Amino acid sequence: MAQERLYLYPIWLRFWHFVNALLCLILIVTGVSMQFSAPAIALVKFDTAVAIHNIAGIILTINYLIFFIGNLFAFNGSQYQIKFKGLMKRLMTQATYYTFGIFKGESPPFPITRENKFNPLQRFSYVFIMYLFVPVVFITGWALLYPQTIPTTILRTSGLHLTDLFHIISGFIISLFMLIHIYFCTIGASPGANFKSIMNGYHEPH
Amino acid sequence: MRDIYIRPSWLVIVLILLTIIIFAFDYSAEPLRYEDSRQISQSSPEEQTTDLSQFPNSDENHKCFQCHGQSMYTYENTEQGRMVNQKMYSELIISPNEFYISNHRSFKCTDCHSEEYENFPHEGVLRMEYKYNCLDCHEGDESYAQYHFEEIDAEFQESVHSEKHSEDFTCWMCHDPHTYKINARTNENIRETIIYDNTICLDCHSDFRRFQLLTDRERPNLIKSHDWLPNQELHIASVRCIECHAEKVSDSLLIAHKVLPKSMAVRNCKECHSTRPELLASLYKYEAQEVRTQDGFFRGITTSDSVVIGASRNQTLNIISLIVFIGVIGGIAFHSILRILKK
Repeated sequence: MAQERLYLYPIWLRFWHFVNALLCLILIVTGVSMQFSAPAIALVKFDTAVAIHNIAGIILTINYLIFFIGNLFAFNGSQYQIKFKGLMKRLMTQATYYTFGIFKGESPPFPITRENKFNPLQRFSYVFIMYLFVPVVFITGWALLYPQTIPTTILRTSGLHLTDLFHIISGFIISLFMLIHIYFCTIGASPGANFKSIMNGYHEPH
Repeated sequence: MRDIYIRPSWLVIVLILLTIIIFAFDYSAEPLRYEDSRQISQSSPEEQTTDLSQFPNSDENHKCFQCHGQSMYTYENTEQGRMVNQKMYSELIISPNEFYISNHRSFKCTDCHSEEYENFPHEGVLRMEYKYNCLDCHEGDESYAQYHFEEIDAEFQESVHSEKHSEDFTCWMCHDPHTYKINARTNENIRETIIYDNTICLDCHSDFRRFQLLTDRERPNLIKSHDWLPNQELHIASVRCIECHAEKVSDSLLIAHKVLPKSMAVRNCKECHSTRPELLASLYKYEAQEVRTQDGFFRGITTSDSVVIGASRNQTLNIISLIVFIGVIGGIAFHSILRILKK
């Protein structure tokens, strides 16, 4: 029996998601360009990359506030709460599906519903990215924007260097997440179905 | 039993609070600024005492320091038959404490100055005496070979300082032989070295009275001439002037002495914010190598005082991130191929 289309992504969420994706792409490109700037070749001219990176980072923080406050008050926030009991078992079940079941044509172990729009692995990774690594990247980013606020030494180490390391490592993890996220979005009713969903708000059942 | 839910919003609030706490409390001393540089290059005689017994010439030198080591001195006016208190001109004051930690601390004043100075009042003609330059003593001396005095001199001769000011510009302009103390090779605190070195430049370029000694040019405004530089305060506190204003000719010298005309100064961000090695001063390379050798990899990637975005790349971290990146791409490719095959 065909499932009915679910309206999972309200307009504010789609707007936030679109802006967030765009900013992340800009930040990754300019960030990589700065980190690997070379005398002869440049992905983006260094001073231009710095300016764009700073502006995009500021907008990302404002955009994050939409996500954070939205999730505090809207129903969507409940999707990011992790039930502790049985967490490992759920994660393993989903991982087993992605590793083996998907190739045998099995049905997803956690069908998407209005109350449960993320599978356990998605829920777990989205929480880590959105509530740990993105905050770390914008907190350290703001600190690097105002480097004079950074303590000279933290734990017997240069505060600036430590902040920079946290920023770069978090940015790298977010970049990897983005790749994996985009790939896993191709696993849907059709390879393009989930991309359509995030644009029109409706989830197409498998 | 009620289910326990992890509410991630708290994580963000904890992260922000943690950052505020860490940033509100600086675990180190106050960051060094130019105004503090005097504390490094010139310590106050009142605050510091030096055990002079280890210096064989200290008794001899005391005759000079009892006047030239303080801001006031007393002498007997034999014509009027009374004791007179006199102010010592600041340019003629040598701090004994600074002298006795300087490189020339074992010297006797009259090793370089005329013995006639032992008489008071000093003869006016004595101020015409020849003042020794570095090479007068250090040239061709094998025991000082590691300091490359000859190379320094060759670089200096090609510098704008030498070309514009000829013989008026001597080693003394930057290196006071009474207080000069080797710094870049021995100081473990790179920030102190940066301030120490920059103070040498600023002693003339931000002190108009000294600046006027050599030129008729108008008063320089360093803040204005560097207003193109983003994060100016951080750059000035973290980068030595010579990094952008001197050409690095030899890797053996930690301090480049070929100072260039301002039209040739580095103004392109990428000249430093990239891995172009010849423009990254050896000071940073030396420091990073030393730290890694002494403290191992992890301390090496976290301890460095210098962060130059685009240049402070750690090769090991780069390799790890490349492996992880290739692993992720490979995993995605493998998974998608299997999906297509099993369709």
